[in-house]
Amino acid sequence: MKTTWYAMLLALVAAPLQAQDVKVPVNLPPMPEGKYVHEAPTLEDLEADESINPELKKVILKGRDMFINTQQFRGEYVFNDLSCSSCHLGEGKLNWSGPVWPAVTTLPDFRGKNQHVNSLEERIAGCFSFSMNGTPPEYGSDDMLALAAYHQWVATNAPVYERNIGGRGFGHLGREMPADISYEKGQVVYEANCAICHGEDGAGQKKDGQVVFPPLWGDGSYNWGAGMVRVYTAASFIKNNMPLGKPGSLSDADAWNVALYINSQERPQDPRYTGDAKETREKYLNFHKYSMYGTERDGRTLGQHDNTGSKPFLKPAALKPRTFE
Amino acid sequence: MHRRLFRLAGGALAACLVSLSAQAAGDPEAGQQIVMKGDGQGAPCVACHGLDGAGNDAGGFPRLAGMDADYLAHQIRSYNDGSRVSPIMQPNVTKLSEQQIQDVAAYYAGQEVVASTQPAEPDAAEMALGRKLVERGDWSAYIPSCDSCHGPGALGVGADFPMLAGQHPTYIAQQLRAWQAGTRHNDPNLLMTGVAERLSDAQIDAVAAYLSRLPVTVSGGQ
Repeated sequence: MKTTWYAMLLALVAAPLQAQDVKVPVNLPPMPEGKYVHEAPTLEDLEADESINPELKKVILKGRDMFINTQQFRGEYVFNDLSCSSCHLGEGKLNWSGPVWPAVTTLPDFRGKNQHVNSLEERIAGCFSFSMNGTPPEYGSDDMLALAAYHQWVATNAPVYERNIGGRGFGHLGREMPADISYEKGQVVYEANCAICHGEDGAGQKKDGQVVFPPLWGDGSYNWGAGMVRVYTAASFIKNNMPLGKPGSLSDADAWNVALYINSQERPQDPRYTGDAKETREKYLNFHKYSMYGTERDGRTLGQHDNTGSKPFLKPAALKPRTFE
Repeated sequence: MHRRLFRLAGGALAACLVSLSAQAAGDPEAGQQIVMKGDGQGAPCVACHGLDGAGNDAGGFPRLAGMDADYLAHQIRSYNDGSRVSPIMQPNVTKLSEQQIQDVAAYYAGQEVVASTQPAEPDAAEMALGRKLVERGDWSAYIPSCDSCHGPGALGVGADFPMLAGQHPTYIAQQLRAWQAGTRHNDPNLLMTGVAERLSDAQIDAVAAYLSRLPVTVSGGQ
C-alpha cells in the first residue's frame, strides 16, 4: 500500500482505523477536504461536565435512553421492531451512519419531503411516523423534550447552519440507481451477507422477546414512507455500515443490488397513502422516484394494500402541512 | 426456531455458503458416552470440560453447558477442518463421526449452566471498561457492542452468536487473541474477526472479565 501525504494526514485527523495487515479493514469514504467534521461528546464527557445542570443531564440521559431503546415505547410511539439506533449507529453520532446532530444545527429549514419549513421536533416526528411506523411524542411533551435535548447535546460545539458537513446522511453513492442494478444479484448478496442476522425472510431476530437484529421488511420494519425505502439511502447505509463491523466490505454494485432487493419487499403502508399506491407514488414523486413503491414486482404493485403492520391507524395526527400564508 | 439453518462461510468468499439442516438432532445419551470415553483415540471431553460441562478457568477450558448445540457442533467440525486451531482439542475430536459430533453437542447443550466463579473484588475501572464494550462498544475504534450480535446480556442468539455471559474469562481472552492471530477464523463472514482485531489488550482483558461476571439466567437445554 502506497502511503501518500494525504493518507498520512487522514490517519492523523481521523481515527487511524486501517492497519496494514488487518483482515477486515474499516473502509469508509475519505472525508472530502473542507468539510466540517464533528466530534460528538461522549457519555463520559456528559458525566464529567459540571457546567451542565444535573437536571439537564437527567433529561439528556433520558433522551439517550429513548434513542437507544426506543422499543420501550412499543405500542405507544413505535409500532415496529426498530429503535432510532437501528439506523443511526453509534448512538446517533457515527459519521456515514446518519448522525443526528445536523438536525439540530441545520433546522429550522425547508424540507423537500413535506414541502415546508421543519423544526427539530418535526424532524424527529418524521422518523416516528415513517421509520418507526408509529406516531411521535406530542410536540413540547417531556418525551419530545428529552429526545430534542439528547440531539442538541450530541451537536455540542457544531456550527449553526453550517451545511458543508462530512459524513452526513446516507447518500454518498449518489441518488440515481445504476442502469444495471439487479434484484436477482441483490438476492444473492442478501443471502450471503445479510440473512445470517436479518433472516432469509427479512424479519430479523429476537432474543427473549427483545429485538437483536432489526427486520428489514415485513410488518416489523420501516414503512413505505421512510427515507430508507429510497434505494439510494439504503445502498449508502449498507455500503458504509453493513455487515455490522465491516463497513465498505461490499462493492458499490453489491450495495445497490441488495438495497434494491430489500426495498422491493413488502412493508407497512406509507402513511400518506391515498388508497392507490401508483397514485400515491405520483403525488409524492419527488420522494418515491427513488423508491420501488407503486411499481410492479412479480405481477403485483408494491405497496398496494391496506396493511399498516401492528399500527392500528394509517396516518399520525402530527403529519400535517404548515403554511405561513 | 423450527428450522435452523447452519451456515459455514468458507474462506474469503462470502458466496461460498453451505447450508445444511441440523434437523437431525443429536442424541444426548449417546453423547454422554462419548463425553466419558472420548473419540477412541484422544482424551475424553470429561477430562477438561467436566461431565457437567462447567469447564475450568485456570486451564482455559470453556464452559460448554447450556451452549447452543449447533454452535458446539460447528466448533468440533472447525477443529477438524482447521478453521479453528487448538493443539489440545484437535487430537481429541478427529475420530468423531458427524452423528457423534451432534450427540456430544446435544449432551452439553442440555446441561445446566453454571456461571464462571470469579474473585469477589473485581477491578472497578476494568469492569467499567468491560461494561462499556459489552453494552455500547467503542465506535472511536469501530468496535460495535458485544450485545449488538450476542444479544441482550450477551446470552447468545441462535447457532452463530454464542452465549458469552458467565463464560470463563481466560477462555474469552484466549479466543479474542486467537482471532487476532488468525488461529481461529471459523466465524461466519468474518463477523468476529473484524471486531476482535480492533480490540486492544486492555479491552480484551476488560471485556473477558466483565462478560464472565454477567448473570446467566437461562436454564440448560434449548
